[in-house]
Amino acid sequence: MFFTYFGQYLLLLKAVFRRPEKWNIYWKEIIHEMNEIGVGSLGLIAIISTFVGAVMTMQIAFQLVSDLIPTSVIGQINRDSSILELSPTITALVLAGKVGSSISSQIGSMRVTEQIDALEIMGINAPGYLILPKILAGITMIPVLVIMSIFLALVGGLAGGSLSGAVTPADYINGITDGFIGYTVAVALVKAFVFGFIITSVSAFKGFYVRGGALEVGQASTRGVVISCISILVADYIVTALML
Amino acid sequence: MIEVQNIHKSFGDNHVLRGIDANFEPGKISLIIGGSGSGKSTLLKCMVGLHAPEQGKVLYNGEDFTRMDFETRIPIRKEIGMLFQNSALFDSMTVEQNIIFPLEMFSDMSRNEKIDRANYCLERVNLAGRNKLYPAELSGGMKKRVGIARAISMSPKYLFVDEPNSGLDPETAILIDELISELTDEYQCTTVVVTHDMNSVMGIGDYILFLYKGQKWWEGSNKEIAHTDVEELNNFVFASPFMKAAKERF
Repeated sequence: MFFTYFGQYLLLLKAVFRRPEKWNIYWKEIIHEMNEIGVGSLGLIAIISTFVGAVMTMQIAFQLVSDLIPTSVIGQINRDSSILELSPTITALVLAGKVGSSISSQIGSMRVTEQIDALEIMGINAPGYLILPKILAGITMIPVLVIMSIFLALVGGLAGGSLSGAVTPADYINGITDGFIGYTVAVALVKAFVFGFIITSVSAFKGFYVRGGALEVGQASTRGVVISCISILVADYIVTALML
Repeated sequence: MIEVQNIHKSFGDNHVLRGIDANFEPGKISLIIGGSGSGKSTLLKCMVGLHAPEQGKVLYNGEDFTRMDFETRIPIRKEIGMLFQNSALFDSMTVEQNIIFPLEMFSDMSRNEKIDRANYCLERVNLAGRNKLYPAELSGGMKKRVGIARAISMSPKYLFVDEPNSGLDPETAILIDELISELTDEYQCTTVVVTHDMNSVMGIGDYILFLYKGQKWWEGSNKEIAHTDVEELNNFVFASPFMKAAKERF
């Protein structure tokens, strides 16, 4: 069963990456999707990242009770956790719910109302026209959101640490700047790129092959989110194992 | 000219089409009729390439459409216009954008030429001035007419219509039938209509193909249908007391 679905997913991807009929039409769609996925998710990702950063700082401070460990380490741990794991993964899991369900239900609704059939009858490569702009928007905008998420998690950590008195702003800033390794950001960006591809392609796949009516569109959307989340966690492990 | 040769199609154990043969001629309206589950929509979808038949051929002017891949089908698909049962208009686009969409994908027309063409198509279906409305703002009959306007935007050689009158009041249904008839004359296209509407059968059917349990059970014109002695066809066409009374008058 798994291999049947995986084969169907690969065949869909093959159709998605077929040469577009007219690039200017696709370009308009890409810009539209970048706006939907990127700008449309800014607020949510900003709130989540800021609070996660603040809470992380307080929890690290709570666990570091030894007088032998300088408090600037709180900043260091928060920085590396945010860059390497929390920002890419939490952003991706949240977007799998928000963006993924939207993609599945949008494409699924088009399928059950015969709009995809209408595209195919016209001679338009429906997978390419509907899915390619979403994938390209996902793999470009999700890394941007992750970078923003990292920045806000660090700012949130500064605010949380200062307000709770867990760490002074000077110590925290010292911690997040001390021993910074640029490669960790590269790891975060690779993860974001992979997660962006998974969220958009898996959700689109579930929507594209839906059969039935409104009920099945809802079920496909839920399944798309669940499979995306599991795939993100597996991909997170693989990328971490390969790059660190 | 479209030739359907020995088409078989199954879904799992359900053998829906069992060796259908038919010819659909240009400039004529061909109707595919039959009861629910008789395979008429499946046949239409096999003809336009939405379903792949297990056996048989669909020939467009002698070219085997069923054996073509996606790329080689494109030239024929550009000549196909189709009206779907639920119109299948793109929700996110206005009426004008729906009609222009195939032109944007496949023509080198300027922006103004495309808009002129959209206006002409809308005038043709009596919806002039409704360019900026969205499908959600249209009635069922208007959606059908926009669907027809989109189908004719590329001046089709082949026009496929799936249940054009379903969900419409009788007056609008007759208008849609008249429109299909006028457009067939205007473009001299091969028009294939799937319907179970007896007004359409008697009114516009130049050629009628009756399917029963996935097989071609009868074919002929709307004049011949009134005098047929095929029991299954009579049971289907003259099912209502009104149609029975009409037959007795013939």
